[in-house]
Amino acid sequence: MAHYDTELAIIGAGPAGLAAAVEAAKRGVETTIIDENMKAGGQLFKQIHKFFGSHRHLAGTRGYNIGEMLLDEIAKLRVNTLLSTVAFGFFEDNRIGIYSEGEVSSIIAKRVIIATGALENPLKFKGWTLPGVMGAGAVQTMINVNGVLPGKKVLMVGSGNVGLIVSYQLLQAGAEVVALVEALPQISGWHVHAGKIWRLGTPIYLSHTIAEARGEEFVQGAVIAGINDNFDVIKGTERELDVDLICIAVGLNPLIEVARLANCRIGYVDGLGGFLPLHNEYMMTSRKDIYVAGDCTGVEEASTAMEEGRLAGLSCAYSLGKVKRDSYDMAAQVINSNMMELRIGSFGDERSRCKEEIYHKYATMM
Amino acid sequence: MQEGLRIENHPILDFKSSRGKKVHITVNGKRIEAFEGEPIAAALVASGIKVFRQTPKLHKPRGLYCAIGRCTDCIMNVNGVPSIRTCVTPVEDGMIIKNQDI
Amino acid sequence: MSKSEGFLTVEEVKKCPGWPGDEIIESKRVAVLECVEDIPCNPCEVVCPKGAIKVGTPITKLPIIDGSLCDGCLQCISICPGLAIFVVEKNYNDELSAISLPYELLPVPAKGDSVKALDRKGVYLCDAKVVRVLKSAKFDKTVVVTIAVKKKHVNEVRSFQVN
Repeated sequence: MAHYDTELAIIGAGPAGLAAAVEAAKRGVETTIIDENMKAGGQLFKQIHKFFGSHRHLAGTRGYNIGEMLLDEIAKLRVNTLLSTVAFGFFEDNRIGIYSEGEVSSIIAKRVIIATGALENPLKFKGWTLPGVMGAGAVQTMINVNGVLPGKKVLMVGSGNVGLIVSYQLLQAGAEVVALVEALPQISGWHVHAGKIWRLGTPIYLSHTIAEARGEEFVQGAVIAGINDNFDVIKGTERELDVDLICIAVGLNPLIEVARLANCRIGYVDGLGGFLPLHNEYMMTSRKDIYVAGDCTGVEEASTAMEEGRLAGLSCAYSLGKVKRDSYDMAAQVINSNMMELRIGSFGDERSRCKEEIYHKYATMM
Repeated sequence: MQEGLRIENHPILDFKSSRGKKVHITVNGKRIEAFEGEPIAAALVASGIKVFRQTPKLHKPRGLYCAIGRCTDCIMNVNGVPSIRTCVTPVEDGMIIKNQDI
Repeated sequence: MSKSEGFLTVEEVKKCPGWPGDEIIESKRVAVLECVEDIPCNPCEVVCPKGAIKVGTPITKLPIIDGSLCDGCLQCISICPGLAIFVVEKNYNDELSAISLPYELLPVPAKGDSVKALDRKGVYLCDAKVVRVLKSAKFDKTVVVTIAVKKKHVNEVRSFQVN
């Protein structure tokens, strides 16, 4: 069994992992990225809309273009990228077990950044297992990355940003979004994302849910219904829809298996998706040579994932002696300031509060 | 509205120039078109195939769900090897793919 | 409240700082920024060549339009990630108003085509003629389409459907 050494191993080549690789590698850290997918970029290549924020966050740039920029940078910096490679185990001395094309080997790293992202939540209802019921993110991958439509007439469940944005992207891909249902009495995502689909004729039914997915072998229809304050279906409000695809967009939760395998202490923070690896403001976990970044540390967005990745990459470079203390402080301050700029406002404030909760739990635990 | 399930024209993306070589795979005995390098699940979706497997006990249909290699609803027998996650496994010319019920 | 449902009424639009005011709307072609939520975002301020859009800091502030500085150049329409900016020319001619809006679908209409003008809820209001279709590399795939509609719909038309 082969094994090799690297200074920094980054598990996950999404926005957080790629941004971390750039920050570390440009400061001279020998960096290896590991990703189980065929292509790097994670969620970025699914994001065909223009990003928000300021010019510091590349506002106005489409997600996939940001992805291309990051891939260009890591190629220029000669970051070793192992794709179609699963990090299946975490052993003593930071030995990461990897599996690729039938071969098992391992990498020993001085520092590790875990940037494994998040997974969509399921939703249980009658018929929930029928083919044709899929995660909204799954549909987004199919339409924006693979160029295939999993259905032509869609019911979207959930009005967070994922549900709203994927609905719009389904319209762009040539599907019809028959309806979007949201259990709460108001939309959960940003108003502008809802406005885009309303004015293209997609109705959003608040205080509604999916009661049933109908069909023998696959989805051939759906029943939606109004719900009361207890989230119980109100009899008589059921309505049948002619759909062949039902997208479930009811939140994500951090993917923390690798963090658990690495014995990082885990905490629970509801507002960011549930169980996640505790970390400080510099993205260090309870294991001082293991850092985390992106959605696996709390579900936010690609923009914050990149800033956290930068912070983790920079912190690893500093901890490996590649950066002097005052340069580190200055660079960290810039990244933090860019990051905090995204965590303000009605939506951002809550995420900021949750992040503070993580830092506090970390400090208490340590 | 799109005619088929392959997105040929898109207002933002260009699929025509990014797709790999056109190849053929066999799914449950039926020969279908696919593009080299795309996830097997994408080729199945494009051909209108929705049922990827049957559950072991009750033989209920299952298909693509998470598309990120986590849920195992999309697993099929590929070239004789069972339980291959078709959403993260790339197409190769001549692949023989079957539903499984184990 | 319709804002919580995801669309705005005309009254709600007129209350937001991106509304240039009835007087300006009567007098010239001008941008209307239908932005009502404190999302951190400011590319509209950066892209405006006349400095007519102000966000400031923190960047969660809603954009304010100074109609007197705006010359209706259409740049801001394509940069807004929320597709929430429109340029309105109430008095395009004696009968018609012209609304310029961002379009990211297929098919792209051609100048002279007739389309169905829709309101913020996607409800059909009237037929409209496409008077301009603007594509530019710097718009990054967002097409800016200008449609002419009956004047009475000037504050309602914010979308269209190709026939």
